[in-house]
Amino acid sequence: MNRFDVVQQFCAWCYNTPLASAIRDSTWLFPAIEASHLLGLALLGGTVLIVDLRLLGWGLRRQTVADVATGVRGWMTAGLIVMLTSGALLFASEAMKCYDSGPFRLKMLSLALALLFTFTIRRRHLARAMHTTHANSEIATGRKDRLVAMASLSLWSSVGLMGRAIGFW
Amino acid sequence: VILRVCTWLGAMPWSIALRESLWVYPLIETVHVLALCLFLGFALLLDLRLLGLALRRTPVTDIMRSVMPWTWTGFVLMVISGVLLFYSDPVKFYGNPYFRLKLATLAAAGLNGWIFHVTVYRGVSAWDDAPVTPRRARLAGVLSLLLWSAIVILGRLIAYESL
Repeated sequence: MNRFDVVQQFCAWCYNTPLASAIRDSTWLFPAIEASHLLGLALLGGTVLIVDLRLLGWGLRRQTVADVATGVRGWMTAGLIVMLTSGALLFASEAMKCYDSGPFRLKMLSLALALLFTFTIRRRHLARAMHTTHANSEIATGRKDRLVAMASLSLWSSVGLMGRAIGFW
Repeated sequence: VILRVCTWLGAMPWSIALRESLWVYPLIETVHVLALCLFLGFALLLDLRLLGLALRRTPVTDIMRSVMPWTWTGFVLMVISGVLLFYSDPVKFYGNPYFRLKLATLAAAGLNGWIFHVTVYRGVSAWDDAPVTPRRARLAGVLSLLLWSAIVILGRLIAYESL
């Protein structure tokens, strides 16, 4: 059995769970979950964007990076939880279609990279900004700030674009 | 009369081209959804700030000033792409109950924002730094959160007309 059989069997198992068939059988559950996925997108998008824009020096320049990052951290986590939960449900209900979808595979890949980047490099970068609040205060944004912001913005946009593409292929 | 206008719009060559296009329609949809991050994401943050639930240490006017250009960019993108989506099939959208409800809710959200700006926001200097804003500002924040969530839900429902 090669590794793709394992993935395929996992998708089949997800597809056949009672929860997944309940979503398929209901007329309104799928659109309701889609709507929460979109609301989570707004929350996650807004909180990621505002910190990245601050890192780029394109917004809230009178606040420190640390202030902006701590001010929205809880909501970013909330947005992420909403997105991952609703996304998992949407996936389960049409797991076999997703398994065959090129854009879906790419989305999972970029999602993994975006999460990895956010919770390692970006988080460490923001934590360092919090410990050096005074040195880092006022307008100053360094080359490293901008690099982190650009990487974060590109990774999350590719997740979004691939997500949109799932519906077209 | 509105139906006649919709029929006339829908018969225009550009509308037909849009309706039948393989690439342009999905592209506009994509812009509409991704601009949501920019516009709605920042609107939600501002609402949460008004409620004292996010960015408590940041003055309200500071958020307004630096976030507004991005919010407006998102808003303009949403309106243009939204109008184009409507233009692609005016008669169908006009007949869709969720679309009508969405427009009404949009109007209510606009009214809420306008009232906030001409009343309690006028005196913002008195509560700019306060972690928790006056009652009427919080009310505007809650209403905005509810109305915009309803708009997203209704927008999604437009695609499931028979529901």
